[in-house]
Amino acid sequence: MTWRVATVVAVRPENARAVTIVLDVPGWPGHLAGQHVDVRLTAEDGYQAQRSYSIASAPDGGRVELTVVEVEDGEVSEYLTTVVAAGDQLEVRGPVGGWFVWRPDAPGPFRPVMLVAGGSGLVPLMAMIRTRAESAAKVPFRLVYSVRDPGSLLYREELDRLSRKDGGLHVTFAFTRTAPPGSAWRTGRITARLLAEAGWPSVDEPDVFVCGPTGFVESAANLLVDLGHDPQRIRTERFGSPGGRP
Amino acid sequence: MTQSRLDGNALAGNLSEIFRVDITAAFGQCTHCKNGGPVAETWVFASEAGMVARCPVCAEVVLRLVRDTGRAWLDLSGLDCLQIAIPDDPQPA
Repeated sequence: MTWRVATVVAVRPENARAVTIVLDVPGWPGHLAGQHVDVRLTAEDGYQAQRSYSIASAPDGGRVELTVVEVEDGEVSEYLTTVVAAGDQLEVRGPVGGWFVWRPDAPGPFRPVMLVAGGSGLVPLMAMIRTRAESAAKVPFRLVYSVRDPGSLLYREELDRLSRKDGGLHVTFAFTRTAPPGSAWRTGRITARLLAEAGWPSVDEPDVFVCGPTGFVESAANLLVDLGHDPQRIRTERFGSPGGRP
Repeated sequence: MTQSRLDGNALAGNLSEIFRVDITAAFGQCTHCKNGGPVAETWVFASEAGMVARCPVCAEVVLRLVRDTGRAWLDLSGLDCLQIAIPDDPQPA
């Protein structure tokens, strides 16, 4: 697979530390929800840095959206969140990854979908939610989204809008530090009880996708197995640092 | 040099330079403990020097990948076998 030159069409702030970069990628072959792209930056002195970012958008021709969260010690994420502007060019390679993907038209028995996101682990799961919203077959989704505080939320308005629009998307927030004032959302880490109440029972045999920092993913996956979910239907993707892909 | 623990999903880009089909969705059998699972579920330690994938069951090395200018080294000696799905209708790649 070769590197392509993408042009930044727009940069949208998502919160104080995250932006969505809208790219136009000539020749983009299309992607599946959950796949990612490698982004390569080259400095004037020839120094290159490469990082992998999940695709946030549903397939849409040559348009690809990446949501990037600034992480400490992240030279690439800092550049992408603070410097990149419309008209800039980036090198991208992708889409890559064929395991952590959801296909709206997958053959086989009908299965509901359970999504468990920790922080910016929501990004590839959002691509699944957006792909579902655009697909004819409305597979029921339940999302459990663990996030530090209201200021760290991604896509809040869109999640509210999509879950109001049809009852097939149910969203539960779990704030690890601070819940919005006056809200009924709980504070604390994800527990088996929360996953049992907000997700699908294991007898419904949902396809489960868990994405977030390594510790979060392993804790959530273990809780899901303890609740009776078949490990073979739990797909996981881990980020190396708490803030997202470095 | 930073090193962080990821998982086999992170191998997808660099392996796509070498293989036409996605290898992260392939099922591999660990040479050391004989357990099997998708390459995507291995533990991956990445640094500027390269990537090392370890078996999530026994923690032994199953795959090593080093990329340099104009060439790559790929060590699969920690895998007995890879089962690779080859769809009749090719996926976008």
